[in-house]
Order: sequence, then structure tokens, then C-alpha cells
Amino acid sequence: MPIPDTVPILGISWGDVLFLVLAAVMLGSALLVVTLRDIIRCGLAMIVAFGALAGIYVMLGAPLVAAAQVLVYIGAIAVLILFAVMLTQAKNAPVRLVFQAQALPAAIAAIVLAVMIALTASATDWGAVTRRIATGTDALARLLFSSYILPFEVVSVLLLMAVIGGIFLAKREGRDA
Amino acid sequence: MSQSLDAYLVVSGILFAIGSFGFLARRNAISMLMSIELMLNAVNLTIVAFGAFIPALNGTASVIALMVMAVAAAEATVGLAIVMAIYRNRRTPLVDEYDAMRQ
Repeated sequence: MPIPDTVPILGISWGDVLFLVLAAVMLGSALLVVTLRDIIRCGLAMIVAFGALAGIYVMLGAPLVAAAQVLVYIGAIAVLILFAVMLTQAKNAPVRLVFQAQALPAAIAAIVLAVMIALTASATDWGAVTRRIATGTDALARLLFSSYILPFEVVSVLLLMAVIGGIFLAKREGRDA
Repeated sequence: MSQSLDAYLVVSGILFAIGSFGFLARRNAISMLMSIELMLNAVNLTIVAFGAFIPALNGTASVIALMVMAVAAAEATVGLAIVMAIYRNRRTPLVDEYDAMRQ
């Protein structure tokens, strides 16, 4: 039985359904990240948000960026944050309020920001084509290692500096240091 | 909908607003770092969306997105190390108790 071009009941295309599901999962888990009380659950919701965003990158035709998103964010940054959570949360700390006193003005400001960005983005003519263009990994590698070789090397030096700085800052100091 | 640039820009704008709310409203320093990661991801989504819909930016956008990811990893490393160092001295991860310079 052939698959129809559009979703049978809703009448919209499969790509739109996939985009809506991924966007809803991403925004929903991002809301959980900023609202949940338990910070470990915040970190786990953040992993879900990163995974859904990797799916959106695949839809946008950037598979290498999606792979890097999974490797860097889910594999490295999320694990790093979860380790830091487990090292800094005291077990017998009293249950405190999660939010600052300025949470309500911050919520209003965030909603205003979202509405403003949405209105501006949809009102502006970006000169965009209506057909997505996929970025081939081969072409991307050639671009990265010819035109952008200097930023690439600078980023590697930056990562080395971050590693050394992170070890220096997080190192437990000796008795006389 | 998935064939228009506007939808991706709106989604990334909402994600950025959620991240900015978390950064302004949470008390825990690690929660604030998570919110910064959300905002960086929103910007990355905008860059990749522009690269996918505007032909002149096609390859460059992916390169910029990869660079942003590397810098975000460096930022998370140093930020979490600073949080750990402060936690060892003050015994709390809550930012509104870091008031030594106010007194």
C-alpha cells in the first residue's frame, strides 16, 4: 500500500508533521529545563531538547552539524553539567525556592522578547528561497580545510586553553597553595 | 511550514526567550549555565536555518555553527570550573548568596 503524500486526516505534509513534533518536543523540554525544581531532571530534559534540535538540523539538511550536536552537546556538555550538579548539590541542604524574586518580571520580559522576535522574523522579507538546500559533508569538509583553516586552528588552541583553565580552576588546592 | 524560513526563525526565537527567562529567573548557578546553553542552541538553529534557505550562505553557515559549538564547549568547561571553585569556598550553588563583594 503506497504512503499518501499528505497526512490522511489533517491534510498537511509529513515534513510539516515531523517539524511540528520536533519543535514541540524541543520547546516543551526547554520549558521543563527552566521550570523544574529538581536540577538533575533539568539536565535530563536538556538532553531531550538537544536531541530534538539535532533532528531539526537533519531536517534542515545539515547532517554533520546534527552529528556534532549529538556528540558535543549530548555526549560532552550534558554529561559535564550532570557531573557538576552531582558535585555541587549538598545532600542535606534545605529545600529552597527555585526562582529569584525577579522571576515574574523575567517571565514577562521573555514573553515580550519571544513575541517581538516572532513578529520581526515573519514580517521581514529575507530574500530566502522556498526550497531547502542540503549541505554536503564533502563540500563542507573542503570549505573547512581550505577557506576556514585559520579559524579551525584557532578553535583548537581555544579548546586547549579551556582544558588547561578548567583544570586549574577546578583543581583542589594544596595545603600551602 | 517546514519549507519556510520563518517557522524555523520563530521556533529559535521562542527557544532563545525560554533560555533568557531561565538565566534571569533561576537561583542555581548550574541552572543559569544550562539556560545559556539553550540560548546558544537557539542562535545555532538560526544560523543553520539561514544557511539552508539562502544559497549564498549554504556552506559557511555550517562552518559557523560548528565553531559556535566548539566555543560553547569551552565556555561550559570554564563556567562549570568557576562554579566548582566558588562552591568549594562558599558551600552553596545559589547565586544570590554570592554577596562577598557587596559588603
